[in-house]
Amino acid sequence: MKLKPKEGLLWMLAAAAVSLSFSACKPKGAGSAVSGNAAQRTYIPPGQYDEFYTFTSGGFSGQMSVYGLPSGRLFRVIPVFSVDPEKAWGFSEETKPMLETSHGFVPWDDLHHIESSFTDGMPDGKWMFANSNNTPRLARIDLQTFRTAEIIEIPNTGGNHCSPFTTENSEYVIAATRFSVPPDGPGGDVPISSYKENFKGHISFVSVDKETGEFNIAFQLKTPGLNFDLSSAGKGVSNGWLFISCYNSEQAHTLQEVNASQNDKDFIMAINWKKAEEYFKAGKGVKQAVRYAHNKYDEHTHTATSQIKTEVTVLDITDFDDLAYLIPCPKSPHGADVNPTGEYIVGSGKLAALIPVFSFEKLQNAIANKEFEGERYGGVPVVKYESALHGEVQKPGLGPLHTEFDEKGNAYTSFFVSSEVVKWNVKTLEVLDRQPTYYSVGHLMVAGGNSKKPYGKYLVAYNKITKDRFLPTGPELCHSAQLFDISGDKMELLLDFPTIGEPHYAQSLPADILKDKSLKIYDINANAHPHKTNGEAEARIEREGNIVRVYMTTIRSHLTPDVIEGIRMGDEVYFHVTNIEQDWDMPHGFAIKGAKNAELLIMPGETQTIKWEPDRVGIFPFYCTDFCSALHQEMSGYVRVSPKGSNVAMTSYTGNK
Amino acid sequence: MKTQHHILSLNRAILIIGGIALLAVIALPIWRIELDAAQYPEGLELLIYSYKLEGEVDIINGLNHYIGMKTLRADDFIEFTLLPYLIGIYGLAFILVGISARRKLLNILFGAFLLFGVISMVDFWRWLYEYGHDLNPSAPIKVPGMAYQPPLIGFKQLLNFGAFSIPAIGGWIFIACGILLAYCVYVEWRMVNYKTS
Repeated sequence: MKLKPKEGLLWMLAAAAVSLSFSACKPKGAGSAVSGNAAQRTYIPPGQYDEFYTFTSGGFSGQMSVYGLPSGRLFRVIPVFSVDPEKAWGFSEETKPMLETSHGFVPWDDLHHIESSFTDGMPDGKWMFANSNNTPRLARIDLQTFRTAEIIEIPNTGGNHCSPFTTENSEYVIAATRFSVPPDGPGGDVPISSYKENFKGHISFVSVDKETGEFNIAFQLKTPGLNFDLSSAGKGVSNGWLFISCYNSEQAHTLQEVNASQNDKDFIMAINWKKAEEYFKAGKGVKQAVRYAHNKYDEHTHTATSQIKTEVTVLDITDFDDLAYLIPCPKSPHGADVNPTGEYIVGSGKLAALIPVFSFEKLQNAIANKEFEGERYGGVPVVKYESALHGEVQKPGLGPLHTEFDEKGNAYTSFFVSSEVVKWNVKTLEVLDRQPTYYSVGHLMVAGGNSKKPYGKYLVAYNKITKDRFLPTGPELCHSAQLFDISGDKMELLLDFPTIGEPHYAQSLPADILKDKSLKIYDINANAHPHKTNGEAEARIEREGNIVRVYMTTIRSHLTPDVIEGIRMGDEVYFHVTNIEQDWDMPHGFAIKGAKNAELLIMPGETQTIKWEPDRVGIFPFYCTDFCSALHQEMSGYVRVSPKGSNVAMTSYTGNK
Repeated sequence: MKTQHHILSLNRAILIIGGIALLAVIALPIWRIELDAAQYPEGLELLIYSYKLEGEVDIINGLNHYIGMKTLRADDFIEFTLLPYLIGIYGLAFILVGISARRKLLNILFGAFLLFGVISMVDFWRWLYEYGHDLNPSAPIKVPGMAYQPPLIGFKQLLNFGAFSIPAIGGWIFIACGILLAYCVYVEWRMVNYKTS
């Protein structure tokens, strides 16, 4: 058919119209999902305080960051598992022992989760607990100093992911292995393909001293080889129990992506930890020789110590009939979350098309009536799925990961694949609302959402992908937090803000719990550092062989001594710097040319030490790195380095003496 | 006639209570100097007792070295040795005059107390003047013509610091005792003059 020019034009117009209407069919992006007064609701005027502190895990940064809500302002990054030259964490002589392990000094780790210390199921504002995933450890962060106070290594564990979840009164912090491995020791030299026979899971119960917070690995439970992912301790009616999601029930040792995704259902392991404690106290455990480091920071000596411990008590759960039970859970579950009353346990199967909700009461009945599957799994009784099931949330979304709760009986589940947060009712299992996240949310956190009485109000979604959300910064983009107001029926997106590292989980505490007990200075009179300088009159240098100790003080705006001579090539110089200020927000810094480690930031009343080995003859300036006062630029000094064997006298002073 | 030398029981009670209150002043802060600056939104406080300095003395000393002000040291003040005794003597005098109830003694006490108050304030002003003006010539911060004498009472801006000086609880008690003493003297004087006229 031949078209006349006019007809041709008509056809073209028609085609254009059709294609335009097709593109109109494409759903609009959700760019305009922010409600009108969001700015007002997140704006904290200058000089005013946020309502919540939010402690956010730094993931692969190894650190913990502290933000304010609702503003999303970053207050502090607390170094935990990774070195931080800014704060000399892992560089000062005092903090080096904190990063010691049975493998030696480990400068980096992957800080995954954070959990508050609890009293009666509520955050008590004493400590935050954190886990390292790679070289398995637990840390305790002091909430008066906002510093890491203790780190303990976890033996028999590979990939400490299922951690650091605590019981209702923080009697124990739980740490469980994501990668089952043969128990520590020479017996570990086995073929990797012998996973089923030789690989074991271990769940550690680390006790926490009520007063000092000090960790102690009380006992470990040995389990069949499984991947433990996440856990929640029971609370209220279920206090005394622990629920752990388990994947790789296939016990695959290679290409887990496929081989660990075959079974329709994996498990949630329910552990009667009170019973386990009973058995442990009755001496039923077996002592195993292991090696793990236990590192503590002493606030009075301002110094950390590291100790290698060599024994752990292990109870094999298959030796007992009433210790642990498996509940089938579809499919490759990630989160295992207990609601505020403790009655419901939500399993979020990453590959499941529904969310099962288990009932603690039904579980107890099923155990009492022995409603078990015919076959045990690796010696552990398996409760019938229906017997423990409260119900299923149908068509909730794709790729459920984590669930948190509010104070009104609602649950909020994150969906990685469909990139959304879904609100549903825990009792009726009805989906109430869904809001998109930008993009691919991992963890989410409701303020107090893992406690007995959630504070509610705010939910933060932690997103893995942020392309097009912020100004681009090359191939490497930030992860983000998205703040939702959940006080109404519908969740309202208020704010996007970038985060440090990759946040996995967070804890929000009302500012009132913490702000008034935040430490302002260290009492100089309580400073028991072995190399403290007690006032400027005692500032000096001392030589023992090739070790030179500089006893230095800082106060606005001078270092004492600021003239140091008599240092020789081959010397190891330790600068023990005591900040003799007793004034809030008056740290001084110390840095010296050519130092291969870091600076020091010394808080008022504190003593910190940096080691320096001069590599050439000459004059080396040192200075205060923290702009402390109007004459900060004058706060500096010189070290003279002479050749080996030189007879330049040891001299040190400040001012013309 | 003789009875006329005795003062009213109300006034006697005032004198005895005033005396006890004065004894308490020995242990209480008498004067307060508050300092505010951008760097110190929470404020710095200097509390002057009859026998010591309290508050953020070390921090204030640390800051004062920039302008070359002398270090505040309790040992440098002879007043801190004398004042507790002097206040104690006045406290006892109040009580004794109250007990003796003699009008003549009341008048003498009033005169002496007034003198004590005036001399104390002059002495205090002298110290403030000396600290504010006697500056180390090699101080890092030198502002030509600038002195750093805090006000005896009230507010004054000293470089970046606002200095606010007021009596503290002990000072107020002291002032109240003076006013009550004056009141007693006045009442007794009026009664005598009323009766004799």
